[in-house]
Amino acid sequence: MEQYLVEMKNIRKVFPGGVVANDKVNLSIMKGEIHALLGENGAGKSTLMNILTGLYRQDGGELFIRDEKIEGKYGPKEAIAKGIGMVHQNFRLVKPFTVAENMVLGNRKTIIYDEKSIVSKIEEISEKFKLQISPKAKIWQLSIGEQQRVEIIKMLYKGAEILIMDEPTAVLTPQEVKSLFDILKGMTKEGLSIIFITHKMNEVLTYADRITVLRGGFAIKTLNASDTNESELADLMVGRQLDTKRMIDDGVNIGDVVLKLENVGAMNDKGLPALKDVSFEIKGGEILGVAGVAGNGQKELSEVITGLRSVKKGSVIFKGDNITKESVRKIIDRNIAFIPEDRHGMGLANNLPATDNAILKMYTKKEYGRFLLNKKKIDEATTKMVNDFEIKIPNINCNVKLMSGGNLQKLILARETFENPELIIAVYPIRGLDVGATDYVHRKLAEERRKGKAILLISEDLEEIYKMTDKVAVLFDGQIMDVLETKGADIKKLGLLMAGIKEEVDTNA
Amino acid sequence: MLKVEKRMETPTYLKVVIPIVSVLVAILFSSLILLITGENALAALNTIFAGSLINWQEVLVNGVSLMIIGIGIAIAFKMVIWNIGAAGQMMMGMIFAAGVALFLHVWIPPALLLPAMFIAAIIGGGLWALISGGAKAVWNVNEVITSLLLNYVALYILQFLVNGPWKGVKSMGFPQTDPFPEAARIPTIFPTGRLHYGLLIAIIVVIVFYFLLNKSRWGYEIRVIGEGRNVARYGGMSLAKNIFIAMFASGALAGLAGAIQVSALEGRLSPHMNTDIGYTAIIVVWLSRLHPLVIGIVSVFMGALLYAETSLPAAGIPTEIAKLMQGLILFFVIAGDFFSRYKVKMVKE
Repeated sequence: MEQYLVEMKNIRKVFPGGVVANDKVNLSIMKGEIHALLGENGAGKSTLMNILTGLYRQDGGELFIRDEKIEGKYGPKEAIAKGIGMVHQNFRLVKPFTVAENMVLGNRKTIIYDEKSIVSKIEEISEKFKLQISPKAKIWQLSIGEQQRVEIIKMLYKGAEILIMDEPTAVLTPQEVKSLFDILKGMTKEGLSIIFITHKMNEVLTYADRITVLRGGFAIKTLNASDTNESELADLMVGRQLDTKRMIDDGVNIGDVVLKLENVGAMNDKGLPALKDVSFEIKGGEILGVAGVAGNGQKELSEVITGLRSVKKGSVIFKGDNITKESVRKIIDRNIAFIPEDRHGMGLANNLPATDNAILKMYTKKEYGRFLLNKKKIDEATTKMVNDFEIKIPNINCNVKLMSGGNLQKLILARETFENPELIIAVYPIRGLDVGATDYVHRKLAEERRKGKAILLISEDLEEIYKMTDKVAVLFDGQIMDVLETKGADIKKLGLLMAGIKEEVDTNA
Repeated sequence: MLKVEKRMETPTYLKVVIPIVSVLVAILFSSLILLITGENALAALNTIFAGSLINWQEVLVNGVSLMIIGIGIAIAFKMVIWNIGAAGQMMMGMIFAAGVALFLHVWIPPALLLPAMFIAAIIGGGLWALISGGAKAVWNVNEVITSLLLNYVALYILQFLVNGPWKGVKSMGFPQTDPFPEAARIPTIFPTGRLHYGLLIAIIVVIVFYFLLNKSRWGYEIRVIGEGRNVARYGGMSLAKNIFIAMFASGALAGLAGAIQVSALEGRLSPHMNTDIGYTAIIVVWLSRLHPLVIGIVSVFMGALLYAETSLPAAGIPTEIAKLMQGLILFFVIAGDFFSRYKVKMVKE
């Protein structure tokens, strides 16, 4: 059984701007296996699959499908002709159309819509793999799980033999997850191969035959699911070598409790529970890190504190006041700063000048004008931000969309610390920044801590957690698994907590 | 080979040159169509441009409505709320103003009658727009559909009133109300011609809203909300409240334009009033890139084209030519936008 259906050798992909998304990646897929691609966000899983499905072209390395080297034109159409089909995380279905109508969309060979033969073919596929989909149902009438099965049928209808599933369980309930994998297992028995992209370790161990772990664009290792365990996978995923040189000094005076969360519960945008009984506190002069794989409630956590998301349960207390139900504006006026994850869509208005962006939080203050805005005062404040934070910008009336990522983050940082905040919520503040800008952001946060401010630092990077935090809370599936002193925290234990495993590990092993 | 490149920034001179060239190309293109259809292109252009100069009062009469409605539409558009119901909001303004003029004038001192009509029209147009605005703010109902369909509702209400309860005693069977009392009429500026003091109101509206939209705190909120709902929420702005206010203001201005039109021009409510101008104003706003002062200028230009619709048949040229030109101008200006966003280069292979 050593015959590979797909082989990717030494794949390298560099994006404009020099970001290396994949390098020296090897991946081989056998006939009839479920192969998991495991890695954190940004590990290069999707890029690799986009190369396999012909959306991207690799900058280096070779791709073989059934021992045939792929050269020349290779796009999505060629990929599906070779039997490679992908089910994307966001379904590509036309909702008012029926299942049958969705099958032939984009298929240029279909000139006449022969419903009878399409329906019978769908029924045949549905029967064979127990997908239980009625060909004449309209997409909008179907549940998310059913829509996903329609996507699977669509790929099989087009003749896919290798099915790539991008985070297939992200949208499903636990029961649906189980039935999905039952179906996938059944498909492998018929000789199909499945690749599924995920960052959830438990699924990988339960359902996959083989696992390839990606980290930072490299394929770290391929293992058999039966020969490994959570602890090893956690190690491979987060990496062991850490630069543990701390950037914050010890012996800062710890002040009173600034922020306290008590049993906070909240929903995500899809209406599913995203935070469950979250409790912790941060004191002045303290940085609390939140570690965890992205998508475990980080975004929601930052939003319940800043008033952007309603709290279903529990309370948020800021310096003794209950702010659980307060509006965003009220919370801003309490001097709580927020460095959001989404710099472009949330932190800044791209097509507006730096001046407009500089006053986003304080435009309601009377010194900037009660009715007509005081242009002179605004320009002064903006100029001060630009000078203090060494922001590179041609002039302060320039649209911010022309600025680089590092300068954008500096502008946000300048604005958020302008009014001397008591509490700073920072979500992935160094995402996408180069080394210099990363260092700058960290130094500024350390400086605020020294001034006695409380900081919540949500991070996807354990190195950052080690460098910057006093304590670390691990978030998994909307719950705080544990809160540890960062100094001396065991990386292996953190990795396991991030995977949702709480039992004590023998650290001497 | 031609290569297309995205511009980082559009040079200021291009922002002026491109629309002007686009308009010229549109005029050229219309002349071409005139030639093909065997019309006298020169005569047509002469009628449009020389005619507009001679009858500048009529041009400005159109300009008044376009300016006021245009500013209203721009408020909503800046927030990315597509209010295309200006025509209906204008009719509600006419109805409310007419109601005051016809039935309440006995209780209102003559000097206050016009202001009372304007206030009524502002409330009428504003509330009418709030039907779409409220549905948008509360249930996120698509405002394009509601505001458009409400235009027909407003039209039928207007027709019902002038055919039924409000039908004038002295209307000689025509579906129209009795004439307004003299105090309810906006006087003309000159002894001859129809240009009226509504022009002053329009100029004030343009200037006031220039400051409101570009310099005030309210305008700032509108700008930020137009940039994206998330960034506005992050900045602590209330979306629902702002949608309410912007939609009300948008409809209120259309209503005011309706009141001015019915009071200055017709002096009575009838179903033959020029409410199509509510749609033309959308073109004005789009051509002006939502800038209040530019709306003031473009309104006059579009006013000339509207006037041509009535003057062309008199010269024996089909009125459709003017409509064709309006369409072509919009088409070419939007197409020309491509050149302000992209650079086209010749590249030798």
